[in-house]
Amino acid sequence: MSKLLVEERQMVVPGQVLAEGMDYLPGDLVLRDKDVLVSQVVGVVGVNGRLIRITPLVGTYVPKAGDIVIGKVVAVGFSGWRIDIGWAFEANLGLKDASSDFIDKGSDLTKYFAVGDYLLTQIVNVASTKIIDVGMKGPGLRKLSPGRIFNVGAMKVPRIIGKQGSMISLIKEYTGCKVSVGQNGTVWLSGDNVENELLAISAIELIEKESYTSGLTERVKTFLEKNKNG
Amino acid sequence: MVNVTKRIDGRKQDELRPMEAKVGIIKRANGSAMFKIGNTIAIAAVYGPRELYPGFLQHPTKGILRCEYNMMAFSGSGDRVKPGGSRRAKEISLVTQRALLPVLDLSAYAGAVIDVFIELVQTDAGTRCAGITAAAMALADAGIPMKDLITAVSVGKAGGKLVTDLNYLEDSEEGGVDLPLAMSTRTGQVTLLQMDGILSKEELKELLALGKKASEKIKEVQVKALLDKFSGKE
Repeated sequence: MSKLLVEERQMVVPGQVLAEGMDYLPGDLVLRDKDVLVSQVVGVVGVNGRLIRITPLVGTYVPKAGDIVIGKVVAVGFSGWRIDIGWAFEANLGLKDASSDFIDKGSDLTKYFAVGDYLLTQIVNVASTKIIDVGMKGPGLRKLSPGRIFNVGAMKVPRIIGKQGSMISLIKEYTGCKVSVGQNGTVWLSGDNVENELLAISAIELIEKESYTSGLTERVKTFLEKNKNG
Repeated sequence: MVNVTKRIDGRKQDELRPMEAKVGIIKRANGSAMFKIGNTIAIAAVYGPRELYPGFLQHPTKGILRCEYNMMAFSGSGDRVKPGGSRRAKEISLVTQRALLPVLDLSAYAGAVIDVFIELVQTDAGTRCAGITAAAMALADAGIPMKDLITAVSVGKAGGKLVTDLNYLEDSEEGGVDLPLAMSTRTGQVTLLQMDGILSKEELKELLALGKKASEKIKEVQVKALLDKFSGKE
């Protein structure tokens, strides 16, 4: 007889037994060890029928194809750029994926992206942990203009964006800031004045801190309304 | 069997020293934790996954765990510590790595390294166990997937009796036994078992049972510290 030992939205730690018996199935970050299901990380339980999954509260970003990330140019080579995307290894941005312009052999690539520039870019291919290709061809992908760059936990990004972008549009609406959040946890933010930028940052910090709770959109709304400038 | 005669510091034979744990104490690290048991205080910080240099040390299909154990110069009796690490520290770094590795899943981090730094701020025996216990929490805080939290405790023989969690006076007693033990309490898998001194087979069995019981208590402290951090109660 199978038994579920945790509740929906309960916070669990690695090694915690979630269910006994073979009737439940392991989802994300859940491990089957003989006849028990075990959590592999600190996270929140989600039960969907027989499937148990864990939404992690912490963890490092592991790149996968299709992710939109914010990266920093760290080197310019003969045929492309090296981009730091907050992962153990740098990603490669090749000429072909960088621009639709015709770029002559030997031309100065810093005209396009120079060292230190931040890019909103998409991961096009992950061949191995060490060979990652990013590209700039896609809607919204661009070199980011001056703004504030900071990092949040990569596992909190879905919460910061919200369902269909509800949370992030709330912040944009109340602060008037332009905000881009990469799946790797890097956030770019630019507003008309410092006060609004700081308000947006503290709202994002609030989401990060309370990401495991429900009814967060409402609380963020109240927070923004209370602290709204002008 | 365990009887109720008290020990040097007034504890019962199977009693642990007072424990305290805190997760997330080093903000810049990917994961960190402090574990205090009696007068022994261990701090662990996890950095990574990050690229491993030199490249020939990289593993093509999984990440590598690298542990560094260090007792701070002022932590023990205040003897001068020669720079560059000792043979003892090197050994403990190795056994720490081997104690933690069996529960970790590093398959997503091929070519990378996860560094675990363990510093003993204050020491009163049981340092490798405190270090491993802190490191397990720090790895969980860093979000490295693992099958269970590793819990470590030292058991042994002092004053002719089998005891749990020896302090320095008991540990350094002549003819005593010190048996550091690390395990996954969920599966009962033992990942570290060292011993100095002489024990009979029956005594060893009894000590392992004592160790398991103590590990379960330590694990409760680990779990509470992790839940406290992530539910904002820290």
